[in-house]
Amino acid sequence: MSAASQAPPVLVPRKRRGAELFLLVLALVVGVGAYVAVGLGFNGEVPADTYTLGGGMAVLAVVAHIMVRRFAPYADPVLLPLIVCLNGLGLAMIHRIDLSLEAEDSPFGPFATNQLMWTFIGVAAFLGVLVVVRDHRRLQAFTYTFGLVALGLLLLPLVPGLGANINGARIWIQVGPLSFQPGEVAKLCLVVFFAGYLVVKRDALALAGRRFLGIDLPRGRDLGPILVAWLLSLGVLVFQRDLGSSLLFFGLFLVLLYVATERPGWLVVGGMLFAAGAYFSYLTFGHVQDRIHGWTDTFEMYQTGQFAGTYRYAQVVDGLFGMGYGGLIGRGLGQGDPTETSYAWSDFITASLGEELGLAGLMAILMIYALLVERGLRTALVCRDAFGKLVAVGLAVSFALQVFVVVGGVTRLIPLTGLTAPFLSYGGSSLVVNWAIVAVLLRISDQARRPVPEVRPLAQDDATQVVKLR
Amino acid sequence: MNRPIRVMAIACLVMFVALMANINYVQYVDADDLNARDGNNRVLHDEFSRERGPIIVGDRQIALSVPVDDEFDYLRTYRQTNLYANLTGFYSYINGSSDIESSQNSILSGSDPRLFVNRVIDLLSSEQSKGGSVELTIDPQAQRAAYDGLRDLEAGSKGAVVALDPDTGAVLSMVSMPGYDPNPMASHDFEAAGEAYQELIKDPNRPMSDRSREEIYPPGSTFKLVTSAAALQNGYEPGSKINSSAALSFDGIDYQLTNLDGSSCPGSTLEAALAYSCNVAFGAVGLDLGGETVREQAEAFGFGDDSYLDDLTVAPSQVTAGPEELNDPQLAQTSIGQYNVAATPLQMAMVAASVVNEGTVMKPYIVSEVRSPEADPLERTQPDEYSEPMSSEAAAMLRQMMQATAEYGTASGVGLPPGSGAKTGTAQRGEEQNPYAWFVCFDPEGEVAVAVFIEDASGVARDDISGSGLAGPIALDVMNAVRPQ
Repeated sequence: MSAASQAPPVLVPRKRRGAELFLLVLALVVGVGAYVAVGLGFNGEVPADTYTLGGGMAVLAVVAHIMVRRFAPYADPVLLPLIVCLNGLGLAMIHRIDLSLEAEDSPFGPFATNQLMWTFIGVAAFLGVLVVVRDHRRLQAFTYTFGLVALGLLLLPLVPGLGANINGARIWIQVGPLSFQPGEVAKLCLVVFFAGYLVVKRDALALAGRRFLGIDLPRGRDLGPILVAWLLSLGVLVFQRDLGSSLLFFGLFLVLLYVATERPGWLVVGGMLFAAGAYFSYLTFGHVQDRIHGWTDTFEMYQTGQFAGTYRYAQVVDGLFGMGYGGLIGRGLGQGDPTETSYAWSDFITASLGEELGLAGLMAILMIYALLVERGLRTALVCRDAFGKLVAVGLAVSFALQVFVVVGGVTRLIPLTGLTAPFLSYGGSSLVVNWAIVAVLLRISDQARRPVPEVRPLAQDDATQVVKLR
Repeated sequence: MNRPIRVMAIACLVMFVALMANINYVQYVDADDLNARDGNNRVLHDEFSRERGPIIVGDRQIALSVPVDDEFDYLRTYRQTNLYANLTGFYSYINGSSDIESSQNSILSGSDPRLFVNRVIDLLSSEQSKGGSVELTIDPQAQRAAYDGLRDLEAGSKGAVVALDPDTGAVLSMVSMPGYDPNPMASHDFEAAGEAYQELIKDPNRPMSDRSREEIYPPGSTFKLVTSAAALQNGYEPGSKINSSAALSFDGIDYQLTNLDGSSCPGSTLEAALAYSCNVAFGAVGLDLGGETVREQAEAFGFGDDSYLDDLTVAPSQVTAGPEELNDPQLAQTSIGQYNVAATPLQMAMVAASVVNEGTVMKPYIVSEVRSPEADPLERTQPDEYSEPMSSEAAAMLRQMMQATAEYGTASGVGLPPGSGAKTGTAQRGEEQNPYAWFVCFDPEGEVAVAVFIEDASGVARDDISGSGLAGPIALDVMNAVRPQ
């Protein structure tokens, strides 16, 4: 027997769309069940609009599912159910916070109707990406377009008359009654830009320079791009006072640089730049110092009431009180006091969920996020082209970083920096972009898991052998 | 590129594990600490809207939660506040809580570990958790008698009464005048509650400070019981000869310690000196014993301690204002309860109680039993020894001396039942101010020890007999209320 006849077992690609449908039903049960539980917990009765809302959610999910069947039949079957579950939980929690805000005659809210509208738009964006982007590799052609768009979006809030200062951060644009966070969209654009750029330049950037402590450090002349990314992140921090986004952007670039070049040396260089930038900002900017002190002396600040202009100290403590109050199994949806914490519906929604669903519920939510990241990284692993790998890693890691930064900040693992919890927090721009991001991930995984098109061997004819001339 | 992707997968795993470990810490390990922290409105709001358990005296609920129709569901209500406000304290959303409401909060609110099973059952049956009840040791008749006695004094009088069971240390009566009404502070109208609190805080009479335990006053001649105990512990007997002269002089100092009326002591024994409350005799005894002996004896009774009562705050009684060395005139004055000696009425009741309990002071306690919401007993307070300031022989001799005081001495006019023992006291204040009047006593059977203190004994001459004329009858009424008739 010759070696040639021992062909490797043919991997029969499975679409697993049935599994996706089953998981979607589970996700809907969680989301709609949470909505019913809120009604039962708060008023003692099932909300009257359960059927319309549950039906609407189901229609959205089923439409998304059918479109995935049609346009990305080999896509990862777990991603869509995961985000439907998160989105549903978020909606239920935001609705629950609305009820409390209304009872307290709060000037805030209601948020749930808007969030529902944004969910529709998010699903539309999801479908749009699936339909329009039939092959993710096409995106590579627009590398620099995406880069310019990202830069423009980041600069947009600084345009006078268009940008709005909300809670001390200049990251919003206001058009009429609608406010929008262009930084969220910039996240997706930046990942595509980084990936496209690095795919082309990675060979040069991977050239080793000096060797230090067993790690190959990059050459000095290749430092240009990372310095630009670093300065850009610092710019976001300085001019927009947005610590969270600044961290996220720089972290993303660093990760993609490392993955593209396979050189840990870039992590060392980036880590040092990060440390230098962090130290410099700590020394220079009051709002960074506030965050650090609010982290180290949280309770002292809270007790002595030194909150003038720095409401976030109180916010962290109120959030921790809520989570402690929730304990192991939580107060039950509708039965806690989440509105004791300011911004319980956006950055602090994980604290609200921890209060009402308890440690058990919050662990499950973190698990969903972890699965989301894991499926994204798996997509990157099986993807057959470098550009797709980089985009998938970038998007998966952006979720991981974002969850780490916001949940870590809320639970006082790291200093608090404002970011939204993906799919859970109230906020249109974030929700829509995250749906689009998952659509891109599905597109890449569809491409990656699709059976390799059969290559018909050309008729053996030496005379007509194709010769590469260049 | 797959190797760095795997490295990133591990990095993401590390981040998620860190987040999960951290929420386990926050929501499980640290949760109790977080719930107990100041300013935790959730816990406060939750407690406030729960059915809080009652505080019980006899078979009456003196503090209870009444259902009301507002966001908190229950309004904390206090009954017979004249008699009990100094013990129940108040429970307020914005002013915090005090006294039993504060010290027994975990039982009353239902958050106590001993009520864990109840909470699980409530959780499973979706019932709103209720608080357990706290029963006090107070004898309602004795409390009423003490209050009536103080109230019937001249209007505006201030004072306190404490009655103890000498065998167990149970507080049978604890009254402070003037009192206050905790109900306005428990109001759900928080603005009004805050104003009520501020008004009480600003009141120059400090009605929220319990004069029976949170304030110290010069005990005057009642401190001679402590000096007597020190003497009997150190070789003196009731029949020992003492200095019965009219004045005590000190070398090189132009000061004389005199008896109240300036005459010499009507008797020449230690017993007579106590019965007639002779200052010179006790000044000399104190000098003979030395400052350290007197101080140690006082500390054996509880002076200097700030935790001689569970569940309620107490002020430490003092022999001297600080760790000062006393010179002779100061020691002589200290020995008769002047100079810087100051004590709570509760402390003086403990001294009297030890006399009829063979020299042993039982630790006073105010909570007799805590119960579950279903009135099942959770814990009954067991009597506990506090200290042994005297041998039983010394205690028997001191008992005899106090009985003599009641029989033919300064307390003889009060009409205590035969066999009772007593000691009067009048402590000087400034020339223009009325003196403090004290009266401590025990009944013939040794079932109750009483201390009565009147802060403003108006219209009274500055001598012991007049002081006892005011305070003595109150003590007698309290004693009679406790004793089986």
